[in-house]
Amino acid sequence: MVSISPVADPQARAWQVLETVPDPEIPVLSVVDLGIVRYVHARAADTTVGLAPTYTGCPAVEVIEATVREALQRELGKPVTIDRVLSPPWTTDWITDAGRRKLTDYGIAPPAEAATSVRQLFDKGLGVACPRCNSTSTTRVSEFGSTPCKAAYKCDDCLEPFDYFKCI
Amino acid sequence: MSAVAAMPREAHVEYLLRLADNALVLGQQLGALVTRGPELEEEMATANFALDYIGQARFLLSHAAELQGEGRSEDDLAFLRDGFDFHNVLLVEQPSAHFGDVIVRQFLFDSFYCEQLRALTQSSDTRLAEIAARGVKEVGYHLHHTQAWVIRLGDGTDFSHKRVQESLDRLWRYTGELFDADATDRAASEAGVGPDPASLKPAWDAVINATLEEATLVRPAEQWMDGGGKQGRHSEHLGHLLTDMQFLQRAYPGAQW
Repeated sequence: MVSISPVADPQARAWQVLETVPDPEIPVLSVVDLGIVRYVHARAADTTVGLAPTYTGCPAVEVIEATVREALQRELGKPVTIDRVLSPPWTTDWITDAGRRKLTDYGIAPPAEAATSVRQLFDKGLGVACPRCNSTSTTRVSEFGSTPCKAAYKCDDCLEPFDYFKCI
Repeated sequence: MSAVAAMPREAHVEYLLRLADNALVLGQQLGALVTRGPELEEEMATANFALDYIGQARFLLSHAAELQGEGRSEDDLAFLRDGFDFHNVLLVEQPSAHFGDVIVRQFLFDSFYCEQLRALTQSSDTRLAEIAARGVKEVGYHLHHTQAWVIRLGDGTDFSHKRVQESLDRLWRYTGELFDADATDRAASEAGVGPDPASLKPAWDAVINATLEEATLVRPAEQWMDGGGKQGRHSEHLGHLLTDMQFLQRAYPGAQW
């Protein structure tokens, strides 16, 4: 990411900077990939960013806000205000296509269906694909995993355990 | 938030504290069980639940503090109120004597809370509606997990069936309070801030009956119901819980890290 040359327009530059701010739990994802940046207003005097919390109790929320503030202040040299935007609520549907690809490459299966799907809530025939061998013959080990956003799965073909980013 | 004016501020703050304290007390209860789960997966689930409740409590307490306008923070409200100023229902403060109690308490409460949050997404208090919209997804996930446990324990061994039925019989008398409306609840429903609690009962009954039937458990008979938590009259258990939860701020006022 550091190789991207800075653009002059402050608004575009702000987005460029945000592309380099990682999620603290899943550092391959930027806050933009995660879909939590709701708006950016880069003005002459200051910058305002709207961030949506992922889960209400997610311990990463404050770290993300601090990291975003620090990065933008450093790069744009102006005071930064962060708004916590609750509506519309963040769901896994906000993760971008680039974000989904990065998750798979990192070894985490991305959400299999839309967060509004009833089928996924009741875990019927989800077809979560193993991020290593792509087999959909997988079994859920636990509804709760290493962080609030993940469930634990294993692959029945290559037998590897893996994290699944659950649809909520 | 223009519609907020329709509800007297004091009642509105208390209404928010009821919601916040349910989440805070249950979050504290579950947090205290970390390292005591019956298996690793359940350990994770308990910690995840606790995190969700505490997150919801923080948003609700901040909103209440802001509306109160006395310069207090979410932390002041969580750590510096006495038991009689807590407005949670009695159900959530009941002790976690064994895993069956934890699951039944969770099941009886979440099946109510999920309906309550769903109704609150339509609140005239837009901040509250936003908090509810995020929370309802989390609590829906909890409920799905907890129902599975009620069924597994109820329709499990003779021993697990007996224990979980005992928990159900013991905790049932704290469910009446969930649906009883007092002046604060009525003011909230008149202002469109929250639902009439009684209106949530049919959906709750449906979830309870269907799950208990599958779990081969017997729904306790209609009986005298305990209450008073919403008005600040608590069982002895809340005091013990607060002693633990508030210790640091009581012993070292203003301590931070």
